[in-house]
Amino acid sequence: MRAYSPKQDVQKKSYYNDRFHVVPHLPRLNVEADEQFLSDIDVLKQKFTVLEAYIENGHLVVWIPAKENLKAVKFLKEKLAYDMMMELSAIDYIASKGGFDIFYEMLSLSKHKRIRVKCFIEEKEELFSVESVFKMANWSEREMYDMYGVKVKNHHNLKRILMPDDWYDHPLRKTYPLQGDETAAWYEVDKIFGKEARDTIGPEIRDGAAIDRYDTTRFARLGHEVPFGVDITDGKEPEHTPLAYQEEGGVGLFGVRIIKELDENKSVQLKKRR
Amino acid sequence: MAQHKVNYLANGGAPIVLTSIDKFINFGRSNSLWPLTYGLACCAIEMMATGASRYDFDRFGTIFRASPRQADVIVIAGTLTKKHAEFMRRLYDQMPDPKWVISMGSCANTGGMFNTYATVQGADRVVPVDIYLPGCAPRPETLQYALMMLQKKIRREPASKAIQRKRLV
Repeated sequence: MRAYSPKQDVQKKSYYNDRFHVVPHLPRLNVEADEQFLSDIDVLKQKFTVLEAYIENGHLVVWIPAKENLKAVKFLKEKLAYDMMMELSAIDYIASKGGFDIFYEMLSLSKHKRIRVKCFIEEKEELFSVESVFKMANWSEREMYDMYGVKVKNHHNLKRILMPDDWYDHPLRKTYPLQGDETAAWYEVDKIFGKEARDTIGPEIRDGAAIDRYDTTRFARLGHEVPFGVDITDGKEPEHTPLAYQEEGGVGLFGVRIIKELDENKSVQLKKRR
Repeated sequence: MAQHKVNYLANGGAPIVLTSIDKFINFGRSNSLWPLTYGLACCAIEMMATGASRYDFDRFGTIFRASPRQADVIVIAGTLTKKHAEFMRRLYDQMPDPKWVISMGSCANTGGMFNTYATVQGADRVVPVDIYLPGCAPRPETLQYALMMLQKKIRREPASKAIQRKRLV
């Protein structure tokens, strides 16, 4: 639960911003709380350096040095029966710690237990690929590289998976702007038409409520309509365009004869339903 | 031989229809609009529904084609990502003239709710759009109506005129 904060004055402010939001933390239990995890961690400790180990939300969380990640994951799969890699990725802590937390979320189908192997790497540090142990890591590591810029060693095909190959920067980093930097904003224009087309096409309209009454290619004022793209900046806008309705095409041949043409001045608005 | 005398000169008597070349060409163009089988996101589901038997695009002469070389219309049905914009433009370029574009749904019109770094903020930044079709996703009736509007637009245009270079070419 997020900590309670008074909200009586929410309407008075133009926006609501919970500046003092406290990130909730799950309670961390000792490894002794679970027999299975306890025996697993004992086996693991004999082979690897375990920096920290605790149980969080029913998962055993094990912190290891980043250099041992491949060996540890392999050991967990082959010796401790954690036979599925569910998810692996990075968490951006560049601002606070100067690097990334890497996590490997694994599941044991025989033990019905989940383990999370975590390690910390510096921003520019490289990580060993676990692709040789789990095929699943192929795409996950590519995604990690694409989104966070974490370089992975020994990966057979380390290239971007979601963003285009020539994309600049890594979008899921905390420093990446939500609506993109300059390269991102002009990406499709630069790619298709070239940079010289930027002036013709114009910047992206990011404001969903943007209205420009002089832009007759995008907007029309009801009762003041002009043909598409006419320049009305110097007051050429008609004071009032009369209401008109006329069927087109084949109907027009009959329509003109059968249906009277609409004359706005003669039209009346009914006060009561007939 | 005819049992009754046909007055060929009287109105309606002649087995001839007089029309202009413009109208004749536009008659053909507007009644056999072949769209490209091309869906990007959830709007494509509605587009498929419009093509299927309940709404039945075929009765408008609108038959989906699997190749841009045979298509007249491209329906941009869904979110256009920046990565994909290039390919969409290439498909558009591969279509023979005259060609038209229907931008289907909020995402294709303006980027919709995807006000993010990875989404093109309106397909008209990449291709010239003829019909903007609002909705998220638009119902099949709306796509039908958009197609009828496009037909109306085509019938209004002089067909004999040289094909105008559209914006963004």
